[in-house]
Amino acid sequence: MLENIYTELIAEHSQSRDNRRTLPNATITERGHNPTCGDEITLSLEVTDGLIRDAAFSGDGCAISQASTDMMIELLRGKTVDEAKKLAELFIDMIHGDITDDDELEPLDEAAALKNISTMPARVKCATLAWHTFDTAIKRSEAQR
Amino acid sequence: MSKNFIDDFPILRTQMNGHALAYLDNGATTQKPDCVVRSICGYYGGCNANPHRGVYELSAKATKIYEDARRKVAKFINAKSAREIIFTKNATESLNLVAYCYGLTNLHAGDEILITVAEHHSNLVPWQMVARAMGARLNYIYLTADGNLSAADIDAKLTRRTKILAVTQISNVLGLVNDVKTLAARAHEVGAIVVVDGAQSVPHIPVDVRDLDADFLAFSGHKMLSPMGIGVLYGKRELLDEMPPFLRGGDMIEYVTEQETTFAELPQKFEAGTQNVEGAAGLSAAIDYLQTVGFDEIARIEHNLTTFAIDELKKLPYVELYGCDAANKVGIVTFNVRDVHPHDVATILDAQGVAIRAGHHCAQPLMKFLGVNATCRASFYFYNTRRDVERLIDAVKTVRGVMHLA
Ligand SMILES: Cc1ncc(COP(=O)(O)O)c(C=O)c1O
Repeated sequence: MLENIYTELIAEHSQSRDNRRTLPNATITERGHNPTCGDEITLSLEVTDGLIRDAAFSGDGCAISQASTDMMIELLRGKTVDEAKKLAELFIDMIHGDITDDDELEPLDEAAALKNISTMPARVKCATLAWHTFDTAIKRSEAQR
Repeated sequence: MSKNFIDDFPILRTQMNGHALAYLDNGATTQKPDCVVRSICGYYGGCNANPHRGVYELSAKATKIYEDARRKVAKFINAKSAREIIFTKNATESLNLVAYCYGLTNLHAGDEILITVAEHHSNLVPWQMVARAMGARLNYIYLTADGNLSAADIDAKLTRRTKILAVTQISNVLGLVNDVKTLAARAHEVGAIVVVDGAQSVPHIPVDVRDLDADFLAFSGHKMLSPMGIGVLYGKRELLDEMPPFLRGGDMIEYVTEQETTFAELPQKFEAGTQNVEGAAGLSAAIDYLQTVGFDEIARIEHNLTTFAIDELKKLPYVELYGCDAANKVGIVTFNVRDVHPHDVATILDAQGVAIRAGHHCAQPLMKFLGVNATCRASFYFYNTRRDVERLIDAVKTVRGVMHLA
């Protein structure tokens, strides 16, 4: 069971520094936090004309929350906001065990590797933190417009 | 010896993720022995009625169970009178009762409340509320390198302006025992009252409120073998008598007219509505059980487990320990595995049947003070065994490998 969770891919993403940056031209920054466990991220997005031109984060938390954030950033960079919203919804449905079909999950690319978290209720919040934070960030920026 | 204990706790024979359970999260809640479970079944099986309300025999039985439990608790912590024992739902409610009913009626602008940076949020957040509402200041006693309270801070911050000193007797993160008796004497010298958080101490060491000269003591039944939902507030009678009620309604009144109410005497004044009688029955059975085991024996077992765990963890170069070099330590070992977040450690241990706590332990200011975001915590009770600790150590040794770090 542990091997299916702590895969090498997830270890790599959780340790990677590539996306841990501040964006000089960030248009949206949003903090996400799991009060029960202390996982914390700050997500920065550079969005112009409905396109996510760049994304980065800083934060501290468990391997699952950090890997999930890193994977999300790689997936969403270059996508339109509308595409990204659909992907976030798909990811959250996967973690909640509502979508299990691998073909359906294909658009998530590497992030689909977190599918097994759906069997670990104690860790669901860790996996979804970044994606909920993204969702909040977009909703907030849309409300401001 | 410990084998006998396991016979009394069937849950300790169950499995977790296909392994025998090593339950090392006793700081969060303890398991319940058969006698406690039976006392609850016995209450509902033969004695259930609304206490204090009926004139019939069954109600009298329920009342007797509830009031006998109160007397037992009073003796257990050496209160002068059972009237000084208020049943609540947990330590958190007990501490809130003091904050609302003493803090909000006795403090003034410019007064100070002194707590320690090692407090559980339940002995911290209510005092922030009181300080804000009354224009008082909330001051902190910080820790020295070994995790104990800074004597210099106590000297500097316990002054004539201090009206309340609220302190835990044992920290739920570091397991260090504070010298509450000396602190209480110093606080009384400057005219402050002392609120003691006994959530982690009452289950593990003998607590005598008169010897400590505590003005208030709060604790939870569930951390000492009892059901969830029953807690205790001890308060000195002269203080409780002067305080307004906390919640208002049935059972806590003397006379009610359309516009006015006079309140019942202690302890009913603070026990509005139908109370948790089965919880009190369970707490009473738990106290009997603890006294049969004996606090000397509890201390001996927990000391052996704690020192064994610390000695073994110290052999692992990638493990960092917190507050593990002080002598005044009871039953709690807090640590981190280098480069691995405590949640991942706890998940990896869970897969091997070892239950520990990971996170900030409801003590975020302490985490900040220690310079960490979270820690792992193994907390013992007398029914734990050397084998449980060996299982913990073996599992910790696998962590870095599972995380592809070894
Ligand atoms: C030191 C301390 N104080 C207070 C509490 C609060 O106890 P409860 O959640 O039972 O109210 C706890 C338990 O988590 C604790 O460890």
